[in-house]
Amino acid sequence: MKPVVVKNIVRTYDKGKVKALNDISFEVEQGELFGLIGPDGAGKTSLFRILTTLLMPDSGTAEVGGFDVVKDYKEIRKSVGYMPGRFSLYQDLTVEENLSFFATIFNTTIEENYELIRDIYVQIEPFKTRRAGKLSGGMKQKLALCCALIHRPNVLFLDEPTTGVDAVSRKEFWEMLKRLKEKDITIIVSTPYMDEASLCDRVALMQNGHILDMDTPLSIIQNFDRPLWSVRSSNMFSLLNDLRLYENTESCFAFGDAHHLTLKNTVLEETDIKRFLHKKGHDNIDVAQIEPTIEDCFMALMKN
Amino acid sequence: MTSEIVIKTDKLTKRFGDFVATNAVTFEVYKGEVFGFLGANGAGKTTAMRMLCGLSIPSSGKATVAGFDVYTQTEDIKRNIGYMSQKFSLYDDLTVRENIRFYGGVYGLGRVELKEKIDYLLHHLKLEDLAKTKVKSLPLGWKQKLAFSIAIIHEPKIVFLDEPTGGVDPVTRRQFWEMIYEAAERGTTVFVTTHYMDEAEYCHRVSIMVDGVIKALDTPAGLKKAYGVDSMDEVFLKLARDAKRSE
Repeated sequence: MKPVVVKNIVRTYDKGKVKALNDISFEVEQGELFGLIGPDGAGKTSLFRILTTLLMPDSGTAEVGGFDVVKDYKEIRKSVGYMPGRFSLYQDLTVEENLSFFATIFNTTIEENYELIRDIYVQIEPFKTRRAGKLSGGMKQKLALCCALIHRPNVLFLDEPTTGVDAVSRKEFWEMLKRLKEKDITIIVSTPYMDEASLCDRVALMQNGHILDMDTPLSIIQNFDRPLWSVRSSNMFSLLNDLRLYENTESCFAFGDAHHLTLKNTVLEETDIKRFLHKKGHDNIDVAQIEPTIEDCFMALMKN
Repeated sequence: MTSEIVIKTDKLTKRFGDFVATNAVTFEVYKGEVFGFLGANGAGKTTAMRMLCGLSIPSSGKATVAGFDVYTQTEDIKRNIGYMSQKFSLYDDLTVRENIRFYGGVYGLGRVELKEKIDYLLHHLKLEDLAKTKVKSLPLGWKQKLAFSIAIIHEPKIVFLDEPTGGVDPVTRRQFWEMIYEAAERGTTVFVTTHYMDEAEYCHRVSIMVDGVIKALDTPAGLKKAYGVDSMDEVFLKLARDAKRSE
């Protein structure tokens, strides 16, 4: 039995005018770390709410742990962990009170499953008598994760746990997920940060209620169907404009300290690009063929 | 970018009780510069920005913004800057046109000037057909582009952008940065915070705050060289890893 099976889920809002989820299907394997990658409005939160039985689909079916999200919602609520995008613990309870509250409503104790949360909980334990509302952002996040794990869920749903979080804390959070995965918990996590895709076993790239592509990060990158060039020169702003005017350009996007370029004609080479840029008066030109990132793939898929 | 200074701070400090949120911060920002203001959560960025926008009076130190003093001329500062953030930008229940008119009015644009601006913005942003649409039904990316255009409707000397691209799709995120560049080319100074490290590369100069102080300030190339790494992501990790504070 697969822990999550989603078939043809459709969900609309505003009397059908807004299509949040448009015929979504996928399956997640036991112990897999599965990522939903996409910007705001992709449908990630609606999908989480359906899988955690907080929202009904218009049509389609979904099973979590073998239970139907509509018929067997009570069973699902007992057996999954959910960390919503917005901090949803009791601000007026202390760290310890929040944790024991969640343990109690799930008919368990902190001691029974302590081993599962130990690595995370020891980091906030020094503040266990502090009210949750007074914690820092990073500590709130750790407490929320402990509360979502305390009943040893079979599937853990994490809705944008790293949004608005700085690069250092994001890295720490993903290290925690990696350790949880080793404990055979199936994890579905959503994120708008494309660079986090590479940390998942498999990802669904989502945009406007559709899955653009679904595969391992490596396969998605290998399926990028043409050479990708990284281009630099002394004036990056005029370089971007000039590359867009180049007759052979298919797409050109700024990518940090370089521009990423694909060409309509894939037999063209480095020297062709350089010749064009020399003519345009650029200097310190650097052109190199590179491996695409997930973000390159996402942007190429968005155009289709 | 020119050598004319539009923001100048000297040991700018803000204390809340015993807590020093922003600790003796000194820097200058130039006209037409895209200045990246980075830092870990809780490093003191928001507090510093609030002082520079005339919304919070410093505890000590000096600063001028657009030539105005942050202690005594906060109203002049507010008239001469633009501001947008991810969290608050436009009124959802007003239409596109109403939002432009409202903010234009707030910033004191005359009737004729306002009409010209509305026509120009609707055309420039390709929003003519959506002029009568409520902002809440626009895609996030369009909203943010409109919000930015409105934040500079009064042609301020400086515009402050607080995580303007959070959650925006990768194509729109880049279009947004092209708008930033256009504004900078016209001489507007752009003071921007972000958690996307590739965006740090688009800034002329970047400062990185850790625990209330500016730990590093240079061009992206200069910072990468100084720390012997290949990306701004690595620079940030090196500097912010040992941060004691979080928000």
